[in-house]
Amino acid sequence: MPRQAKRPQGSESGALLDIRNLRIEATVYPPGEDPRDIVIVDDVSLTLTKGKVLGLIGESGAGKSTIGLSSMGYGRGGVRITGGQVILNGRDILKGGQKGFRQLRGREVCYVAQSAAAAFNPAHRLMRQVIEASLKHGVFSRAEAEKRAIALFKELSLPDPEHIGDRYPHQVSGGQLQRVMTAMALCSKPDLIVFDEPTTALDVTTQIDVLAAIKKAIRDTGVAALYITHDLAVVAQVADDIMVLRHGKKVEKGDTRQIIKEPREQYTGALVSVHEIPHEEHKPAEPILSVKNVTAAYGGGQVKVLKNVSVDLSAGQTLAVVGESGSGKSTLARAITGLLPPMEGSIVFDGRPLPPRLGDRKKNDLRELQMIYQMADVAMNPRQTVGTIIGRPIQFYFGLKGRKRDEMVRELLDKIEMGSGFFDRYPAELSGGQKQRVCIARALAAKPKLIICDEVTSALDPLVANGILKLLLNLQQEENVAYLFITHDLATVKSIADSIAVMYRGSVVRYGPRSEVLTPPFDAYTDLLLSSVPEMEIGWLEKAISGRRMESAGN
Amino acid sequence: MLDIRRIPPTALLGIIITALYILVAIFTPWIAPYSDTAVVGDVWAPGSAAHWLGTDNLGRDLLTRLLYGARITLFIAALATALSFTLGASLGFTAAVVGGWFDELLSRFIDLIMSIPTLIFALVVLSVLPADTLILILVMGILDSTRVFRISRAVAVDINVMDFVEAAKLRGEGKLWIIFREILPNALSPLVAELGLRFIFAILFLSALSFLGLGVQPPASDWGGMVKENKDGIVFGVPAALLPAAAISILAISVNLVADWILNRTTDLKGGRGNA
Repeated sequence: MPRQAKRPQGSESGALLDIRNLRIEATVYPPGEDPRDIVIVDDVSLTLTKGKVLGLIGESGAGKSTIGLSSMGYGRGGVRITGGQVILNGRDILKGGQKGFRQLRGREVCYVAQSAAAAFNPAHRLMRQVIEASLKHGVFSRAEAEKRAIALFKELSLPDPEHIGDRYPHQVSGGQLQRVMTAMALCSKPDLIVFDEPTTALDVTTQIDVLAAIKKAIRDTGVAALYITHDLAVVAQVADDIMVLRHGKKVEKGDTRQIIKEPREQYTGALVSVHEIPHEEHKPAEPILSVKNVTAAYGGGQVKVLKNVSVDLSAGQTLAVVGESGSGKSTLARAITGLLPPMEGSIVFDGRPLPPRLGDRKKNDLRELQMIYQMADVAMNPRQTVGTIIGRPIQFYFGLKGRKRDEMVRELLDKIEMGSGFFDRYPAELSGGQKQRVCIARALAAKPKLIICDEVTSALDPLVANGILKLLLNLQQEENVAYLFITHDLATVKSIADSIAVMYRGSVVRYGPRSEVLTPPFDAYTDLLLSSVPEMEIGWLEKAISGRRMESAGN
Repeated sequence: MLDIRRIPPTALLGIIITALYILVAIFTPWIAPYSDTAVVGDVWAPGSAAHWLGTDNLGRDLLTRLLYGARITLFIAALATALSFTLGASLGFTAAVVGGWFDELLSRFIDLIMSIPTLIFALVVLSVLPADTLILILVMGILDSTRVFRISRAVAVDINVMDFVEAAKLRGEGKLWIIFREILPNALSPLVAELGLRFIFAILFLSALSFLGLGVQPPASDWGGMVKENKDGIVFGVPAALLPAAAISILAISVNLVADWILNRTTDLKGGRGNA
């Protein structure tokens, strides 16, 4: 691809980006203490040659986004680059000042953010935003830029590439918007693109298309890329090399094959084998919950989101409900809990029919049917201590007060492997995994027979999520509680479910014991769903795309 | 937990002046040099050793009148604000939690009251009803509660859709628990900031009413009334009307400084212990 002659060329070694001993700090303001500096990134070095893709991987707080943004000299939210060099195209960009940064950003380095919906300006048409950087830097005339943008839309297999640029951001789907943003990044022909978790917010079936489009675009344009993600299986599909980070320090760096096949460090090994939890499938037994022909709708019957859904859940077992967003899985939970009374059908719980409306249910019905939410930090009152949060159900359902209640709270805290030292903490003082554990304890405090788990691990880092799943399985054995496990993550389902219901557009398309549901022959949708789950294997992406029988939404 | 060094100087100034006002209001009978109704000198006498700030239009000691004015003004404004918050916040929270036709009915009714200019509404009501302090407080409190209703309902609607409130509903908790234990603690910060502002509006409102002759009745002294009584002196170069006016504006500014600081703090309060 012809580049403009005026641009500075890379150094002799061919290194496009050379980060040396990078150190990044920020000032934190802890309540009741003096402000202090913390180190976010500590002594990290990396090099990237033209046309290569480096994957940055680690849990949240590992500093991977911060490193990615440092390649364009940017520190998010008061973060300061305090040491090291960032050498791009043979010059240290940290010495260029604000003017240098402006020449660089959108020209030599472009950025693809995690949430395309939040990154686009909703008031402007897509085309205007896609070509903005190219026009600002005078790379192309408007006509040339639009021509290039349309070519890129085609390259990224967006529908109707000639006219999609005339739409506003809310008029295209999430997966399409993510691809438009990739086109925006590629438009000014940069040397380097930073992809910051570009597929994390997408459904698995959409993720695979975006991933394939990004990979093809990188290959065809010869651009170099930093690919930031917490999902090792995803990065294995696109990266040539992988760098594993933890607490702002490098853990391990190597080529993709070495990292996923022969990890040297223990932490990398844990990341590779994160989805493996041993779990024996139980045979179906006496059902604790029977959902029979339930139909539910929003807007007074206008929008039907559940159509004639029937599933059974055996006592002490796990039923996983899987499907992409909008398939009606969370609505099923709302129908069962009575938050959205079904229009038709019945719900039988422990041998007795449940009144459809929440207000008509008895206290004991409510007690035996508990719920755990996806976002643990908004599922707990930020003004109550852990002791109050867990203690309230005990007091409310069993009338226990004072020392007796506190004793039970402490027992529960031990059960969730946290210990009674957390009794007086507020939710804001807990980590993400600890918050979810407290929510589990709150549900258990009611001594329920069924817990509805709504995407309980989706917001957590893989290793933390793994810990939560193991805890849930242990508690199931001890307390003989049944789980209705709502998730879009098939890897989770494979590790914990006894039976599975696959939902698609409000209907259950496949239902049965885990071994049967996961055994061919599949229906078209289950096949698409199963084949879209990234596997930790090089070349999986190409195989999955070519083997598909059904197009995913928005393609 | 609150460290005095961490309070910004403007807020500190506001706190000190406001506290001074409150102390003066409480201890007026002990610190005031004269009785507030006694005529002790010439009309509009200039400041002297006996009368630091001079005397008013009837020859009463101006400093004494100012001190007693603080007592009455603050007392009425505080009670009116307390009433408006109790009434407005509980109705606002209930409207948000109960929702449906109850919310609709109440909100439209409040809109109706708010569509009539407050001062005119108060003038009409007060000129019909007997002039006494209790009625004054009731009218001010009820009229102000419409504003408090609006803000508390808005805050509570936001909190009401959070998962922890849904969790409480699923647990089977009653409306009272949800309003007072789940929503109120989380709505407190914006409401406290609003409290300061409403308190100031109550003082300004009371002063306006008194100035128009429908607020505190003579011979009791309050700042708005004092401005009215002494306003004719201004043409003769007597500053007796300006002093109570200054007392009002200094208090308004101080309370605003404190309210601003509280409001700013709410943005970095993410629950838990916060910064307080």
